[in-house]
Amino acid sequence: MAELTYRDAVKTAIAQEMRRDESVVFLGEDIAAAGGVFKTTGGLLEEFGGLRVRDTPISEQAILGAAAGAAMTGLKPIAEIMFSDFFAVCWDLVVNQIAKSRYMTDGQCSFPLVIRSANGGGARFGAQHSQSIENWAMAVPGLKVVAPSSPADVWGLLAASIRDPDPVLFFEQKSLYGIKGEVPTGEHVDQLGKAKVLREGSDVTIIALAAMVQHATAAAEILASQHGISAEVIDVRSLVPLDLTTIYESVTKTGRLVTVEENPRLCGWGAEVSSLVSEELFWNLDGPVVRVTTPHIPLPSADALEDAVLPSAPKIVDAVIGLAD
Amino acid sequence: MTPVASKKAASKKAASKDKQPSAVINEANPPPTEVRLEMYRLMHACRGMEQRAYELFMQNLIKGTTHLALGQEAIAAGFGAAMREDDYTFCTYRGHNHTLVRGVSMTAILGELMGRECGLLHGKGGSMHLMDLEKGVLGSYAIIGAHMPMAAGAAWSAQYRESGQVAVCFFGDGTTNIGAFHEALNFAAIWNLPVVYVCENNLYMEYTPIKDVTAVPNPGADRAGSYGLESILVDGNNVDVMYATAKAALDKARQGGGPTLIEALTYRHGGHSRADPGKYRPDEEVAAWKKRDPLITYRQELLSSGVDAAELDSIEAEQAARVDKAEQTARDSETPSLDITHTELWADGGSSWRN
Repeated sequence: MAELTYRDAVKTAIAQEMRRDESVVFLGEDIAAAGGVFKTTGGLLEEFGGLRVRDTPISEQAILGAAAGAAMTGLKPIAEIMFSDFFAVCWDLVVNQIAKSRYMTDGQCSFPLVIRSANGGGARFGAQHSQSIENWAMAVPGLKVVAPSSPADVWGLLAASIRDPDPVLFFEQKSLYGIKGEVPTGEHVDQLGKAKVLREGSDVTIIALAAMVQHATAAAEILASQHGISAEVIDVRSLVPLDLTTIYESVTKTGRLVTVEENPRLCGWGAEVSSLVSEELFWNLDGPVVRVTTPHIPLPSADALEDAVLPSAPKIVDAVIGLAD
Repeated sequence: MTPVASKKAASKKAASKDKQPSAVINEANPPPTEVRLEMYRLMHACRGMEQRAYELFMQNLIKGTTHLALGQEAIAAGFGAAMREDDYTFCTYRGHNHTLVRGVSMTAILGELMGRECGLLHGKGGSMHLMDLEKGVLGSYAIIGAHMPMAAGAAWSAQYRESGQVAVCFFGDGTTNIGAFHEALNFAAIWNLPVVYVCENNLYMEYTPIKDVTAVPNPGADRAGSYGLESILVDGNNVDVMYATAKAALDKARQGGGPTLIEALTYRHGGHSRADPGKYRPDEEVAAWKKRDPLITYRQELLSSGVDAAELDSIEAEQAARVDKAEQTARDSETPSLDITHTELWADGGSSWRN
């Protein structure tokens, strides 16, 4: 096993796919010559040239429109939206065109494209550069939604997203770019729609996504060492498709479920999972499903304030203890 | 606003004061007779189909809404005749004609408007979303401006694949005031993309005169310079002019000359949509433009250039029969199977989001 940062896993995946498939092209703001504002895409321009790796103006509608038009006509574009907050200025292309056109035309066209974006808080950027918008995307029929928590998953899931014939919104958590993790050697392609059990346990199931996974894992450690509670931790990894089989197997075993979501409270992805579990697994539950989320507020900027509102290991521990009582 | 011919004179008069752009191009060398007859045929096909769509709406056989382009047929017909078979079309919700002129089945278009199984999209899209990938019709778009950058993307793909294809993007005057218009034109210009943008200026954005809400007199042509493009303003009711303009822009794009923005002046005979009788327009304005109905004026033009009246009559009769047949086939078609409500969200043919 080799080691890679979450940041470098991005370009590793893109380069792997561009080497094997000439129809893969990449466009976005500052992604080529500058190597990306988060330094995720350096070296791609040099290896693949300016026809395949192209800098764009600050024109998010043009970026996504161009990706959509190219995807309909034989290419497999990867588009970068620098901060996921900026989806708000080009959401029409995502929601009305890319997500719906295949269905509306009864399958005539498809959109084999990936839109990568830096998502989430923890970087002290304030409310317009820190949002977690995975729940916006999840609410739209026709979009696949992926959010990796580790360098290996960035690589494997981004490669799988590029190969996927449907549009994928790929949310990289910006506070994770610096983390390192073990990755396989050689070609690496994972599978969309597969959650991963990161830690086995018997008393409670904790499911989390992206940056929340490390808090869930830390909470499980505390629960085991200080409270004698055995928590199973699942990284959901992909909201659409959603791997309910893995979640249900775990909840059937533990009888308790806690979701850990970075998105604001209302209509977060955990609410959907909670609803599904209460409809379909009610008689296996030993208590209510509990959600740990960011409150229903925009994220404040100052580190003390942001840390106070984002989910954390102690908050997860408290939620689990409350459920166990 | 008055029709094109007198507008030209007016614009000359006001040139120094209002900084009017170059005059309207309203003359062109006629193309070969077979092309002219083909355009005559296409215009009658469009007119017949859309008039029938109107009647079917009144009979409640077409539901929802329709946006007809009655009176604007010359633009679609000119481009339809000039485009290469594998070129791409992007159009708006007022896109029945742009779809038909690419060789799409009239039965499938009327069937889609009527929500029948024989419809182009089997009833899943409706009037505003016609697409026929096999014919290069890459869609009709119901959100203003969305298809402007998408056409740039298809052009980028053609450029990358070195296929020689050109993307043609039709849009209305109202589109020129939305952000995507400006983003797309800049984008197409900096990447030198093989795309032709065609602004169909029918003088009204929806109900409001475009001149009342636009900072320049010519919403398309006057913006071209901002993106390093030539200002091109043409008589959109003159199909020979449309053909020549289309041909020049398509050839330029195919030869690596980059994008073109064309503003074509035209007029819709009806309102914006089925809900709109168009009463906000002065009667004399409507009457003046109806005199410049491209079907009437082109018939006169062809007759004066020596085409037999019998030949034109026969084209008209043939297209009228085609409309009748298409309507009958669509009427006879079943409503779509309910099974398709859950299909074709994903490329695997299904709509599942969970295991």
